[in-house]
Amino acid sequence: MTSRDPSPRPRPLPAPVWPALGILTLIVFNALSDTLAPSGPGLLGPGAFLHVAVVDGAPAGALIDILHYGGAIAILALGMAPVIATRGVDLSVGAVMAIAAAAAARLSIAGTPGVPALAGALAVAGACGLWNGVLVVTLRLQPFVATLVLMVAGRGLAQMLTGGQILTFHDPLLEYLDQGRPGWLPMPMPFLLGAALLVLTCLATRRAPLGLLIESVGSNPEAARLSGVRAGPLVVGCYVWCAACAGLAGLIAGAGIKAADPFNTGRNAELAAIFAVVVGGTSLLGGRFSLAGAFVGGMLMQGLTTTMYARDIRSDVAPLPQALLILTICAAGAPRARALARRLAGRPRGTA
Amino acid sequence: MRRVIGYLLAATLLGLASCERPAAPSSTPAPTAGSPVKPTPAPSAAKLVVGFSQIGAESAWRSANTASIKDEAARRGVDLKFSDAQGDQENQVRAIRSFIQQRVDAIAFAPKTEDGWQAVLEEAHKAGIPVILTDRLVKVDNPDLYTTFIGSDFVEEGRRAAEWLAKATSGNAVIAELQGTPGSAPAIDRKKGFEAEIAKHPGMSIIKSQSGNFERAKGKEVCEAFLRSPEGPKLTALYAHNDDMALGAIQAIESAGRRPGRDILIVSIDGVRDAFQAMLDGTLNCSVECNPLLGPQLFDTIERVKRGEKVPKHIQTEEGVYDQSRVTAEVVKARRY
Repeated sequence: MTSRDPSPRPRPLPAPVWPALGILTLIVFNALSDTLAPSGPGLLGPGAFLHVAVVDGAPAGALIDILHYGGAIAILALGMAPVIATRGVDLSVGAVMAIAAAAAARLSIAGTPGVPALAGALAVAGACGLWNGVLVVTLRLQPFVATLVLMVAGRGLAQMLTGGQILTFHDPLLEYLDQGRPGWLPMPMPFLLGAALLVLTCLATRRAPLGLLIESVGSNPEAARLSGVRAGPLVVGCYVWCAACAGLAGLIAGAGIKAADPFNTGRNAELAAIFAVVVGGTSLLGGRFSLAGAFVGGMLMQGLTTTMYARDIRSDVAPLPQALLILTICAAGAPRARALARRLAGRPRGTA
Repeated sequence: MRRVIGYLLAATLLGLASCERPAAPSSTPAPTAGSPVKPTPAPSAAKLVVGFSQIGAESAWRSANTASIKDEAARRGVDLKFSDAQGDQENQVRAIRSFIQQRVDAIAFAPKTEDGWQAVLEEAHKAGIPVILTDRLVKVDNPDLYTTFIGSDFVEEGRRAAEWLAKATSGNAVIAELQGTPGSAPAIDRKKGFEAEIAKHPGMSIIKSQSGNFERAKGKEVCEAFLRSPEGPKLTALYAHNDDMALGAIQAIESAGRRPGRDILIVSIDGVRDAFQAMLDGTLNCSVECNPLLGPQLFDTIERVKRGEKVPKHIQTEEGVYDQSRVTAEVVKARRY
């Protein structure tokens, strides 16, 4: 988002621009395909992808689907971005999603009312983050390895919680996390939750020194230490925050199917989250991070999936076009690729 | 960028290699006069020693399969050497080699994939140990390398699902299909069997088909996309390659304002308890059973082989087709998986 780069090099575009362009590309591609191939497979007729109907007083359509299902990925990415900014990574978010959903289902089936069940599940997720953070900070394990432990073991834990079954639950509050459409703004609840978290995290990291501290720990830990930044609690906090976000995403995923599926909930979610953060302009080398970029990146990941459904692309080939688009966006955002493009264009101007 | 790719590659590989361990501890307590599991050389020569290599614990179906085998072994006082391969074929091969070294009476396993078993099965054959495949088949160039295969016929399951739907709709249906994981044997065969059967009915056609990965959440998401499409309003039936995807689709149909089980007939495969509950609720119409409770049949077969009896090359698991007329609250309660 903000650039504190004092160098005379051209000021880069704000991070969310690239994934936003990616989403726009997808929308244009879908709209064109609808128009050009009215007899082809998929959503037929001009404007089918863009069409937004009103069902039960709430908008519905392919675009709304992107906001709906992108919400959970965006929440994961908002949690992941600060962790990556501290030169870390959290591979366990998918497993934590499954654990949180399983914990909520167990609590709900045991008769716990909505609010405590929700709080309990988020607390369990937070505890997972504490475990990761302690491994990273106290034992100085590589974040990759430390969180891999929970990525592998976590799914077993989730299965233990559900007894190796898919647990179905009925709880109005939990279901509201996914199905909810508030009257004052009838948009999908996961999207609203993601947007609220985005505003919250932006305020916390940009209006207060928290963001600066995280970036300082990530860009130069030694300098940060010498300037009196206590990195330990800060890093642990980032992992707890990331896991809590994963817990919320897991509750949304569970609410979507009214069940806790310990086998599939959050499978490969860590990859989607890392992708979302990276296309959103955050470097895996630590330091600067972009929350808005991560949020839009999450929406882009879902935009790709929804496009695959809309265009009837077989799911065994779908990863290829998805990967190509992500690669293009990453390359477009890379300074070296942009410098090359400028040289080719023969104009040493700053922003494109 | 290189680092990004490195991370992701490594994460993917590790994700593939690692897998879940089952909830239950690996020991199988023997209920009758029994020393517990420790592989002490049993003094009673009569005690049957069986090695079983399970793929992992990737689904509720698999967990029920494991539980059935362990329970049945415990009930019969069989010394079961159970090995969980954590989703890795290498581990299965290793487990089978160690069973051969321990000179077990019989080896059974649920192969992760079809290929790559030739060498290890030859070793078992040379050692004179009978091998029983469960749930999935293998490709080997000599069929004598395994004694028998106990499992479902996925093609037949797909055919039965289509047969039920043809009867319920008098051969007229506009169908959307939720496929399983691309490339997996059940997804391929359940599609094949279903298509072969509906080809007999000119009034039945599949107009939408997409993978829901055998997952509830994906089943819901993909079904939403089906219903959004211009052909959506025309759909009168949904065929899902497993119950979980059907259960997700039911929610998608409900939130689209149509009545699952009435406006859109739904038929799926597996017969898990939640599917029976849905049939009781009237939202699912039919589930073709794919029985994971192979334990009793497995040990029956091993005992027959050990007595020197001839067994058929393919032993079909005992399975039924359930629709709403056959499901009561008692039936739901009695489902064990």
